[in-house]
Amino acid sequence: MARQDADHTAYLLGLADDALIYCQRLGEWVSRAPQIEQDMAFGNIALDLLGQARALYTRVGELDGSGRDEDQYAYFRTEREYRNVHLVEAPRGDFAHEMARLLWFASYQCGLYAALTGSRDETVAGVAHKALKEVDYHRDHARMWVLRLGDGTHESHDRMQAALTWVAPYVDELFADDTAAVEAAETGVGVLPSQLRSQATVFVQGVVNEATLQMPAEPPRHERGGRAGVHTEDMGYLLAQLQHIRRSYPDATSW
Amino acid sequence: MVNTLTDDELTTRIRAVPDPEIPVISLDDLGVIRELRFVGDVVEVVMTPTYSGCPAMQAMTDAVVQVIESAGRRPEVRTRLTPAWTTDWMSEAGRTALRQFGIAPPGPVGMTIARRVVACPVCGSADTQEISRFGATACKALRRCRECGEPFEEFKSL
Repeated sequence: MARQDADHTAYLLGLADDALIYCQRLGEWVSRAPQIEQDMAFGNIALDLLGQARALYTRVGELDGSGRDEDQYAYFRTEREYRNVHLVEAPRGDFAHEMARLLWFASYQCGLYAALTGSRDETVAGVAHKALKEVDYHRDHARMWVLRLGDGTHESHDRMQAALTWVAPYVDELFADDTAAVEAAETGVGVLPSQLRSQATVFVQGVVNEATLQMPAEPPRHERGGRAGVHTEDMGYLLAQLQHIRRSYPDATSW
Repeated sequence: MVNTLTDDELTTRIRAVPDPEIPVISLDDLGVIRELRFVGDVVEVVMTPTYSGCPAMQAMTDAVVQVIESAGRRPEVRTRLTPAWTTDWMSEAGRTALRQFGIAPPGPVGMTIARRVVACPVCGSADTQEISRFGATACKALRRCRECGEPFEEFKSL
């Protein structure tokens, strides 16, 4: 496999892993959200992300020559082979934490998929066209909740503000340019994450202002390592839950 | 009974396959069948999925395959992502069927939420409010009619 193809697949794997792992975290909310409507919202958003992940894994399987299908990527890789950012693997906090995370992640994905509609890889462009409509809706959902909580009661305002502070150290990694992204951008398949930062930040800043909240101060450190397969302790537990049934019955053909 | 259907009859049957979640509308009403070709005894169908993660897509594909196979032909079903599916592709017959089923059909894509009028499928009143932006399936939201009090589902514009 040529080096460019390897970077191309590594790049797409990162995008797919972000979607799958966040899908798994959002799925944990079902039956735990403050209202049944929010159970459904999380379930629906997770389902959209799962669909995006499936399409991208399938594409990676075509490109890397391994003949692996989507399940092989989702269920039969080890922790170090996952390229997702730490933002999506961080454990579930309260509802405000999830809205802070979703606001940043959906804002990032809106810029990402908008750029990828022009990808040289036609399959990736097709996935992006479809996903863009979905993540725009996710972003709007997060926006409305951040406004409601921030501009709500003292309690909801304080907890929304605390949530923005909690998410801050995870944001930088979304927009960090790793080798695979640089190569993918050079070949016209992908987009440099750093180019997506200002648009996403402007959007989040606008919501934060309107919600009478403050952008948190620069965090003392930034999370790093996810794109290189280095994860936090929480990732192992997440994967155990995600993978154990499939691995327990590796020959199963239906569920 | 094998291979007794004409191409036209088989086409009608394929297009009439119902949506597994909303059986009052067909795949043709939804606009997910983009191409349909007969090449020898092979039937090629190109479908565009509604939502990336919609579980109904697999059921739709399986149903199309089954209809073709039961007619003694060989199915080749492919997925096409571009251009992305939009509710603007939904037929008028499909919209009417949705309304009669109690689901408000999607409005034109691109209209802002503030300008959009979603009429109650029960009493027709335009005085309705959104209860939840997400519903029981990826394609629907929940609303309530202020006039007759009926809660109902809306097929979201996408």
